[in-house]
Amino acid sequence: MSVSVAGEASREEGVLLLEDGSCFRGWLASPGKRFGEVVFNTSMTGYQEILTDPSYCGQIVLMTQPHIGNYGTYAAAEESERPRVEGFVAREFTEVPSGIEGRPLIAYLKQHGIPALAGIDTRAVVRRLRQKGALRGVIASAADDREQLLAEVLAMPEMQGRALVDEVTCVEEYELPADGDEIAFLAVYDFGVKRNILRSLCGAGARLRVLPARTPASRCDELGVDGVVLSNGPGDPEPLHEIIANVRQLADSGRPLLGICLGHQLLGLAMGGSTFKLKFGHHGGNQPVRDLDDGTVAITAQNHGFALAGDSLPGNCRVTSVNLNDGTVEGFEVEGAPIFSVQYHPEAAPGPHDASRLFAAFLEAVRRQGSGAGRGAGDAPGEAASERPAAG
Amino acid sequence: MPRRDDIRSILVLGSGPIVIGQACEFDYSGTQACRVLRREGYRVILANSNPATIMTDPEFADATYVEPLVPDMIEKILEIERPDAILPTVGGQTGINLALALSQRGSIERYGVELLGANESALRLGEDRLLFKDAMLEIGLDVPLSGIASSMSEASALIDEIGYPVIVRPSFTLGGEGGGVIFNRSELEGVVTGALTASPVGTALIEQSVLGWKEYELEVIRDQADNAIVVCSVENVDPMGVHTGDSITVAPQQTLSDPEYQQMRDEAFAVIRRVGVATGGSNIQFAVDPQSGRRVVIEMNPRVSRSSALASKATGFPIAKIAAQLAVGYTLDEIRNDITGKTFAAFEPTLDYTVVKIPRWAFEKFPASPNVLGTSMKSVGEVMAIGGNFREALMKGLSGLELDAELGQMESRASDPVTLRRRLSTPHGERIFAVFAALRQGWTVDEVNAATSIDRWFLREIERIVRIETELACWSVDTVPAALLRDAKHSGIADQRLAQLLGCAADAVRRALEEHEIRRVFKRVDTCAAEFPATTPYLYSTFGDEDEADPGSGEKVMILGSGPNRIGQGIEFDYCCVHAAFSLSKAGFETIMVNCNPETVSTDYDTSDRLYFEPLTMENVLAIYERERPSGVIVQLGGQTPLKLARGLEAAGVPILGTSPDAIDLAEDRKRFGTLLSEEGILQPRHGNASSLEEALSIADEIGFPVVVRPSYVLGGRAMAVCWNAASLERYMLHATDVSAGRPVLLDRFLQNATEIDLDLLCDGRTAVVCGILEHIEEAGIHSGDSAAVLPPHSVPPELLQRMREIAGRLALRLGVVGLMNVQFAVHEGEIYVLEVNPRASRTVPFIAKATGQPLVSFASLLMVGRTLEEIGFLEEPRLDRYFVKAPVFPFTRFPGNDPLLGPEMKSTGEVMGVSEDFGNAFAKAWIGAGNKVPLQGTVFISVNDRDKDAAVAVAQRLARTGFSLMATSGTARRLRDEGLEVRSVRKVAEGRPHIVDSLLNGEVQLIVNTPLGGESMVDDAEIRTTALRLGIPCVTTVSGAMAAAHGIESLRGDGLSARSLQAIYQDAAQRTRDSVEA
Repeated sequence: MSVSVAGEASREEGVLLLEDGSCFRGWLASPGKRFGEVVFNTSMTGYQEILTDPSYCGQIVLMTQPHIGNYGTYAAAEESERPRVEGFVAREFTEVPSGIEGRPLIAYLKQHGIPALAGIDTRAVVRRLRQKGALRGVIASAADDREQLLAEVLAMPEMQGRALVDEVTCVEEYELPADGDEIAFLAVYDFGVKRNILRSLCGAGARLRVLPARTPASRCDELGVDGVVLSNGPGDPEPLHEIIANVRQLADSGRPLLGICLGHQLLGLAMGGSTFKLKFGHHGGNQPVRDLDDGTVAITAQNHGFALAGDSLPGNCRVTSVNLNDGTVEGFEVEGAPIFSVQYHPEAAPGPHDASRLFAAFLEAVRRQGSGAGRGAGDAPGEAASERPAAG
Repeated sequence: MPRRDDIRSILVLGSGPIVIGQACEFDYSGTQACRVLRREGYRVILANSNPATIMTDPEFADATYVEPLVPDMIEKILEIERPDAILPTVGGQTGINLALALSQRGSIERYGVELLGANESALRLGEDRLLFKDAMLEIGLDVPLSGIASSMSEASALIDEIGYPVIVRPSFTLGGEGGGVIFNRSELEGVVTGALTASPVGTALIEQSVLGWKEYELEVIRDQADNAIVVCSVENVDPMGVHTGDSITVAPQQTLSDPEYQQMRDEAFAVIRRVGVATGGSNIQFAVDPQSGRRVVIEMNPRVSRSSALASKATGFPIAKIAAQLAVGYTLDEIRNDITGKTFAAFEPTLDYTVVKIPRWAFEKFPASPNVLGTSMKSVGEVMAIGGNFREALMKGLSGLELDAELGQMESRASDPVTLRRRLSTPHGERIFAVFAALRQGWTVDEVNAATSIDRWFLREIERIVRIETELACWSVDTVPAALLRDAKHSGIADQRLAQLLGCAADAVRRALEEHEIRRVFKRVDTCAAEFPATTPYLYSTFGDEDEADPGSGEKVMILGSGPNRIGQGIEFDYCCVHAAFSLSKAGFETIMVNCNPETVSTDYDTSDRLYFEPLTMENVLAIYERERPSGVIVQLGGQTPLKLARGLEAAGVPILGTSPDAIDLAEDRKRFGTLLSEEGILQPRHGNASSLEEALSIADEIGFPVVVRPSYVLGGRAMAVCWNAASLERYMLHATDVSAGRPVLLDRFLQNATEIDLDLLCDGRTAVVCGILEHIEEAGIHSGDSAAVLPPHSVPPELLQRMREIAGRLALRLGVVGLMNVQFAVHEGEIYVLEVNPRASRTVPFIAKATGQPLVSFASLLMVGRTLEEIGFLEEPRLDRYFVKAPVFPFTRFPGNDPLLGPEMKSTGEVMGVSEDFGNAFAKAWIGAGNKVPLQGTVFISVNDRDKDAAVAVAQRLARTGFSLMATSGTARRLRDEGLEVRSVRKVAEGRPHIVDSLLNGEVQLIVNTPLGGESMVDDAEIRTTALRLGIPCVTTVSGAMAAAHGIESLRGDGLSARSLQAIYQDAAQRTRDSVEA
């Protein structure tokens, strides 16, 4: 089915079909058929950062802001080397961007084979997801057989229990230099790391060694890093047993540790806590986080479907911040150890910069720790690593 | 942190009369602030001179002072009330200027009051452009090159440094008043002089022009814990160079990437922290160079503003209310989000729709000013529209403007290919239509962008509308593809327009839409893009799958609002609609408000049970009606806007509450109404209708000159004039044909020197009770909205008033009025004439309600749903024991070059009230409240036409007795000397120099009484009045006005100003009534 509208090229009608059988009609701005867990993101800017955030692996992302693609796409907005979402849904995709430089979003999506569905009553989808929780779904042509599609949707695995880190982590280690004077040398476990985490750490004065997700903790000893960062990433943290055990070792090593998003959940699990699936998650740039120490509120960028159960943490873990809206854990620290962890994204990209000072604070903790305890064994950073072009 | 207990009482400063740049958005903000502060248990004292506001209703404060907003008066209030704190940040520029003046005088310290929200230094930093610029540089932000000039030579030197063009921004003025752009040396003197004069401190910023840059505003809120959030980002479609109040704007911003936006957000926080706004809202403006991306800070307002009202309506986040709570100690995370009921105010709203604001101008009222836009705001109102995308919001906004022509006609007016480029490159009030026209004529987006600097993204969206329309025109309603029809409705194209394009009737379009299942649905504005359930029904329509209106099942009443503010239809009608909502809610009805004006209290989601933020067009109103099925619709409270729809609604089967549309029509139809008056034996000025010049001249001959002429069906006396002879009538007729094509011109005998009376009454269909009678101070012939007036009448004999009551009551019953009715009478040589009858709420109703303390509109609403006057208990005209004077305020300073002369065409934007037991004192208070400098001594220059010479003698005598020296031109001087007065003669402009204008410029004159000669204002007169306007010398243009002024000056010299709250005034009145009963 296709019609010519106002001189535009013919367009193919498409649908978003959800596992509860609900079907939303629009048209395919970028063709294709892909399955995924359907989530909505309420950020009003930063669509390209969202598309390329590896944490969205396995998900179809629906944007609530009606106009997407207004300023086009450009290399600096990529949070990884390519789009990671399974599919993209919006009310309207801008065909020709505002400026003269940006490349059209639709061309970018087509190039990467990401289906995009336009003309959808996005708010109706959001309300359904809010009521029922995140649902599995498919973007497909309206011509496809609905019953067949629904059967396929129901056959796909649920997000709960899905380990996706291996699909997005780097294959080999690589190193990134500090911007300016080097304050510390850090290992970053790449569970699907966003480039802006790396950029923010480098910017705060850290030299980085980015490690594949299943790199053993002992490698950090070999590298003699001053601290370790556990990155964001996709999927359910709970089935990542091997990684959790590894994180436990890292925590016990006495090195300063910073967990972000999935890294935060893994750290919590390693400390003995448990995680649970949120109904429809937090995906957006307006999530208020209250600092329990000084009472202030930061507006943060968030993107997670799972959360740490606050009461599951052992006694030596102290919750330091909570989500003002639903009280979920946004950060904790381990008493007596330089271990911090946050559920939100201090690196933003997209989103507000309110929490960006966290990176400097972590490096400060690393520096303090370093001057007291000294560096560990193998004080020869970087010698064994293969160099890769800077991701930042 | 909990609320502060160390303060118990707070003085809230209002913003005074509606003026350009400061309209009912401050009633909205102020009402919210007063409400929430009272709810928090503080004693609230309010000062605001504007009686037509909701905030000055006695139940919104513990003590309400409807008094002039001048430092002297505020000090009197401080003396009486001794509040602990002042909240200056919800009263616009007026509130800020008052607070700064009080600080400067030391009164803040003397009375031991604290400035809440922002202290003196923050207010000063926000207002003083040089200090602000230095502060910005200090925190590393970029600003345009600039400097402050206090003289022509300083300005010239600065421009040599900066280079042309430059923007001139006077310090401490409202809405950019007095500013402008200088492109070359020849424009230097005019603009700089204007700016230095406009600035109360005589300085102006000379700033590097960033014309054509993209313009943004962020609405920021900060609390005392230093939490800061951005409530809303706004992008101006019209780039830098057009005042943001005159720009079409869009929320959220559309064309910045995330890093660009977030950096701007970081800078906005840096600004609010550096300026030192401790708690509350601020508006921060940025310009971005579309080429280089360079971003500069333009200005910040350390207070709630027009933009914050817009942001509140655009997001559902009530900035003023939250700001007031923050001011008394709460932090953002302690305040609940009203709409979700679950989350808190510490977050940033996210929008899943697009909002467009479009200004509405009144250039037609000021023909001497070009309708060109610049840095000085000119618009008198605005409409906001919410749509599923930019195109839909833009089209809904344009239809909500209620322009005098259809959109297609507006476009063809702009489409002349010869002038099109200029219409694009010079910003003006109808440029958006020129953009449509150019794109339709095949201009490319890049070409239009080059001519206008409007971002390509907006232009492409508009181009898409044009393309859809072009495509539609190739089809018929039976063959048009569903997808195209869907795109058309998604792009906001109205059914009426679709019918034109498809060549069918509107009914056929509706059937086609139904057939293709293209449905208008209602969605909620909820601050959070549906992430949390919305408990507050704040709705807009779009096209989609799911409808969230969820109408209730109770008995419902729908109230149609008054749309964008314009001259002749402003806050008074919003006041009425709000009262209807309040009273009917209280009476157990579910109230549904429909309006599209973001400035108003009516579009606060707290005002009615359900709010539909929609244009007041037949298509949109009927859609809401069909969804809600209320038991009735109120059309008589929102001015002409809902009245225009009444007939059509009734025909569509919508029950209209109160007075029937036919009765309304009967009163508006001159012929039908003339017959009715004759039947009742009631006099009216002799009149006739003319469709040609010949006809007009013959009718004028028959009824006799002078005549009042006007087109039929107009608002605010649009294009109305007095013609004194055949020559001026000829001129009018030539001009009038394009005012009201195809409709006749109405001619009425003009009653010279008649006294005009406004009478408002309530009627339940069986009984009529008068609410109040206002006597106009200016004689008949001046538009009732522009005339000062006094309640109760001070010079009309009681027996005449009694006869007017009787006539009005008879007419109300004859017309079958249920609700309010207004009658305008003229008393001429002892006879009573009926000038017009409006069987609906009139502009004077809020004023009378405020003076009498009676909730007249609440009563009217109850009558409309079937109550009787007896049930309500309103059976007697309220008695008053003092004088309430209404004085209008005019926007002449915004339209330089126009003769500030009063006439039958309304020009005022707002009004104030002055109250006193003495008429002269009440007049003086109103006069001061309206922003006039009232001279207590000095020289009065009198120049009047022959008709006025007798009356002028009495004025001169009175002023001379008060101690004024008299100055006059030869004719008037001779006459005054004949009466034994001492007069200094001065030459007219035409008589050679030195002449009167020289005397004005030399500061020799403090007061001017100048009535126009023969209605044809001579160049001489006009020059006197425009000079006076520029220099701020009060100029009275009617003798009756001059007499009142003389009374006022006399009383000020005697008793000075005194302050009394409305609550105390009502108590006095009640006490006196009790005393008289006992006696």
